[in-house]
Amino acid sequence: MASSSSFLAPSSTSILHSKKDVGLSALTSTSSISSQRCQKTGFRRICCSVAAPQQSQRQPSTTGSVKTAMTMTEKILARASEKPYLTPGDNVWVNVDILMTHDVCGPGSIGIFKREFGEDAKVWDREKLVIIPDHYIFTSDERANRNVDILRDFCQEQNIKYFYDIKDLSNFKANPDYKGVCHVALAQEGHCRPGEVLLGTDSHTCTAGAFGQFATGIGNTDAGFVLGTGKLLLKVPPTLRFVMDGEMPSYLLAKDLILQIIGEITMAGATYKAMEFVGTTVESLNMEERMTLCNMVVEAGGKNGVVPADSTTYKYLEDKTSVPYQPVYSDQQARFLSEYRFDVSKLEPLVAKPHSPDNRALARECKDVKIDRVYIGSCTGGKTEDFMAAAKVFLASGKKVKVPTFLVPATQKVWMDLYSIPVPGAGGKTCSQIFEEAGCDTPASPSCGACLGGPKDTYARLNEPQASFHAFVCVSTTNRNFPGRMGHKEGQIYLASPYTAAASALTGYVTDPREFLQ
Amino acid sequence: MAFTTTTPQNLTTFTTSSHKPKLPFSPSHSLTFPTHPNQTLTSRAISTAISTSTRIHSLFTPRATSSPSSSTTAAETTFHGLCYVVGDNIDTDQIIPAEYLTLVPSKPDEYEKLGTYALIGLPSSYATRFVEPGESKTKYTVVIAGANFGCGSSREHAPVALGASGAAAVVAESYARIFFRNSVATGEVYPLESEGRLCEECRTGDVVTIELKESKLINHTTGKEYALKSIGDAGPVIEAGGIFAYARKTGMIPSH
Repeated sequence: MASSSSFLAPSSTSILHSKKDVGLSALTSTSSISSQRCQKTGFRRICCSVAAPQQSQRQPSTTGSVKTAMTMTEKILARASEKPYLTPGDNVWVNVDILMTHDVCGPGSIGIFKREFGEDAKVWDREKLVIIPDHYIFTSDERANRNVDILRDFCQEQNIKYFYDIKDLSNFKANPDYKGVCHVALAQEGHCRPGEVLLGTDSHTCTAGAFGQFATGIGNTDAGFVLGTGKLLLKVPPTLRFVMDGEMPSYLLAKDLILQIIGEITMAGATYKAMEFVGTTVESLNMEERMTLCNMVVEAGGKNGVVPADSTTYKYLEDKTSVPYQPVYSDQQARFLSEYRFDVSKLEPLVAKPHSPDNRALARECKDVKIDRVYIGSCTGGKTEDFMAAAKVFLASGKKVKVPTFLVPATQKVWMDLYSIPVPGAGGKTCSQIFEEAGCDTPASPSCGACLGGPKDTYARLNEPQASFHAFVCVSTTNRNFPGRMGHKEGQIYLASPYTAAASALTGYVTDPREFLQ
Repeated sequence: MAFTTTTPQNLTTFTTSSHKPKLPFSPSHSLTFPTHPNQTLTSRAISTAISTSTRIHSLFTPRATSSPSSSTTAAETTFHGLCYVVGDNIDTDQIIPAEYLTLVPSKPDEYEKLGTYALIGLPSSYATRFVEPGESKTKYTVVIAGANFGCGSSREHAPVALGASGAAAVVAESYARIFFRNSVATGEVYPLESEGRLCEECRTGDVVTIELKESKLINHTTGKEYALKSIGDAGPVIEAGGIFAYARKTGMIPSH
């Protein structure tokens, strides 16, 4: 069964080298292993003609107290479950550092919490729960408004420390506590910290993995459980490693990188797996770009995404949190399910064509696709850096957009940045000024907006197909393009980076941003 | 350490309701049939079986709103009725479009409403609707799907809508993890995995029986039988009756 000799390979600086050594000794001592097991426990390095040999599952008991290498995801979960060592597949009760919920799933989670723990039960820790209304805010839908009220009542009853409330829907600025999109707010408010476990009732909770923590989405029932106990039963995922090296070309953004990856491994390529992003390119990304990278991990089916914390992370967190944290890193000898290597200098701007995030295509190959509108917003593409990127393209062009261009800043802070931060090379102009000159819509009230359609009166929702030969075609910086995602079932959504979205707005067709950026 | 850890002892301070626990997969889920499942059912027997299945679903109070779950012994469970077939990558927006997410699943009347909208997001290429317009329940007991069923959002409204509509089980080639997890945690639909592509073997309207204990699905309309995969790690949680019941059973939180 287990081959203890396979883990006494000489240490080296190259993962591939050590894996090869490990594999050779394993081959001599193990019998034939089915290809099925090879898939699960072997190490595969993609972009290499020779596959590394298989390894069998290791039993800790056969090597006594020798601590075995773990990936950073395994380490985070091990620490959170108070276990010295974990292997992918282990089911463990994990201590939760932060639980986030919003207006769509909060009320349901609260209902389950009360049903299971009692009407008078108290949450496990009033400081570890962050409640962020963001999905259906600026609407006249009564149930949507009621759901925010439910959150408020609960927060008052429980004396919840972090509740980013909104009461005056006619003017978001009149609400000092209101933030906006939960995943961006979590980062901006310092709730994301390396080494921690963050769970949220939203699939894009994986965004927080950009901070070197374990972050994943859960449903109402699991959240109700965490509310009462501060723990959850989680299965340790194996890790897929994505190594991106090279200088980031001036026309590419993190969105292009993740679209490349999702197109590579498909929508279920990372199901039940962790996605770890390393390499010189990743290291060169700022925090918001890293967030974009981790944000769409779920679109590949991924359980969580991680970027190792570094000086960029610490700098970002400096003025945001005073809670001590302890980053973790994958061990040299950690086992990865597969490794994918990308030379980013060879990549080009991409889109995900309707109706799937893995329907990858080169933006330049879609230049004959006429579009009806552009949407720049959401946790994926509505952060300050995303708007700065779009502004850069509008600035380079100097022309006006040819289609309605909707701008929805993710949070209040992003909105304020649009109106205050000068865009580099723009002679002091802010994003908002550049957007106005380009003829874009005025930046809207910060929220999730039309990313997921929402109530019918949601700003920029895709409501009617065009009264012409084709349905509504929208180029969007959001994360999903399934049928009906932004409203109407026949809407055609092309997912793209802010560069590509802005370029497309300027031409009225899906456009490679190199048309303007080189 | 960057965070405090709680010990199991802390968890016992939570009080629980004194309601009699309602279990999603209690023994009363098993259905008795007029004929042996392996025989071809006559059309009269089929309609009896279908109406029985529909009646039993409506007998239970909505699972999401019922009193707290608790542990029980493993149940012999059989599902029988019509199947509804969908393709690959059916995402949560198709299972329950975002505009309906203002409905709160833990509220009984809104739970019922969610059921009305189950799979309403499927494109118009699906001529037969899962829930007929004007109806509040589905006539299909089992959803048969391709790969990556339930991908997309973490919205628990998805398995809840399916369960509230009256469906009992999904048999998919594979699942997206959050949807699978939510199905297990809520007990709303039993998430089974097929060996192979049942979505190509079955047609909407076929009469099927799922024998959980034997891990098989019988298509009475075609006369074929198919193996189902073992439920795996989720087994103990499902058998206990969901995450809360499992936690009580294993002593993680106090029992009633």
